[in-house]
Amino acid sequence: MSSDALAGVTHFLRRLGGAVTGSISRLGFASRFMLAIVWHSPQALRRFQLTIREVYFAGVLSLVIILMSGLFVGMVLSLQGYETLKRYGADEQLGILVALSLVRELGPVMAGLLFASRAGSAITAEIGLMKTTEQLAAMEMMAVDPLARVIAPRFWGGVISMPLLAALFSAFGIFGGYLVGVRLIGIDDGAFWGQMKAGVDVWPDVTNGIIKSLVFGVAVSLIAVFEGYDAKPTAEGVSTATTRTVVISSLVILALDFVMTVFMFRGGGQ
Amino acid sequence: MNRSAIDLWVGIFVAVGFGAILFMALKVGNLLTLDRAAGYRIEANFDNIGGLKLRAPVKAAGVVIGRVEAVRLNPKTYEALVTLRVDNQYAFSKDTIASINTSGLLGEVYVALDAGGDPVMLKDGERITKTQSAVVIEKLISQFLFDKAAEGGGGNKK
Repeated sequence: MSSDALAGVTHFLRRLGGAVTGSISRLGFASRFMLAIVWHSPQALRRFQLTIREVYFAGVLSLVIILMSGLFVGMVLSLQGYETLKRYGADEQLGILVALSLVRELGPVMAGLLFASRAGSAITAEIGLMKTTEQLAAMEMMAVDPLARVIAPRFWGGVISMPLLAALFSAFGIFGGYLVGVRLIGIDDGAFWGQMKAGVDVWPDVTNGIIKSLVFGVAVSLIAVFEGYDAKPTAEGVSTATTRTVVISSLVILALDFVMTVFMFRGGGQ
Repeated sequence: MNRSAIDLWVGIFVAVGFGAILFMALKVGNLLTLDRAAGYRIEANFDNIGGLKLRAPVKAAGVVIGRVEAVRLNPKTYEALVTLRVDNQYAFSKDTIASINTSGLLGEVYVALDAGGDPVMLKDGERITKTQSAVVIEKLISQFLFDKAAEGGGGNKK
């Protein structure tokens, strides 16, 4: 009886320990993978055409969803913000509200989430399938390093695309906010842009937004290529890896966003 | 998709992306207007700065001409020492009055400069001597109440 209970406890502890060491070793593997990508990058970037292809798949093909989402987010922000600001008679400040929320937070974060689900999942599925069909192994047989030929260009394609997508998201969001705020609701055109200009600083607001989106780009691209490379070489393994990419990327984006916001916007400018 | 089409699209994407960044820097942000590096510094002492914050606007006749660059407390006189950065194209006379105002009841706090008549102009790093502190509403109310009470207590003085 007591030996049964003891066995149960040890079993539970063993599973707990296994889960913890498993996730830590995966984290270590991911960090070494990142170093390996950086190490192989010069070799990959010398054939820049590969990276340009990936910028096309990760960036250009994500444009529609990014631009449309940005437009709608900006429009909703403008409508809701106006309703709230009107209570305090501060509806002229709508431009600041829309621009600051987009440039500082929503642009990088929303673009990052969309990028993870649109481009990150595709990268994972592609690399995972290449691994499953042993294309990566075949490359190694031909003395072509898959890290330089497949992984690094996808990584850099994502890193290059992400800040541009976030900037476009913010710009279209502000345009959407302008459409609703000025064209629909009828806030004064000059007040909208003037207040925005007075309230938004290139440093720290715009620059920090760009830094955020760059960090998200690195995080999402790394997670996407890592999950693909690490996927179990089965159909189920690829689908699990794709799901993991979206889930982990989204959580990492939101957590990193909080951490970076704490460091970037505490005190100082107020 | 052949190679030149991909190149074209990526080129468009990158150009438009940098256009968006430029749009945020110039149209949304204030990169060109009131650059922090341009302009000269003026200092002013205030008894009380109220809710004045860093980067608050400096206005003359309602026009934004600069920003508050630093706010410190003078440890000897216990006065607030405010550093203003004013656009180079505007010069102010030595007897300019600086006051801390609020635009509207809930609006932002700003520093207003009222130019005087002195022919000598303020130079970089010089100090405005005539200042008017922020109006603290609590003090105003208590002063009003004390005045009322004094009136009542004085009875038929008048």
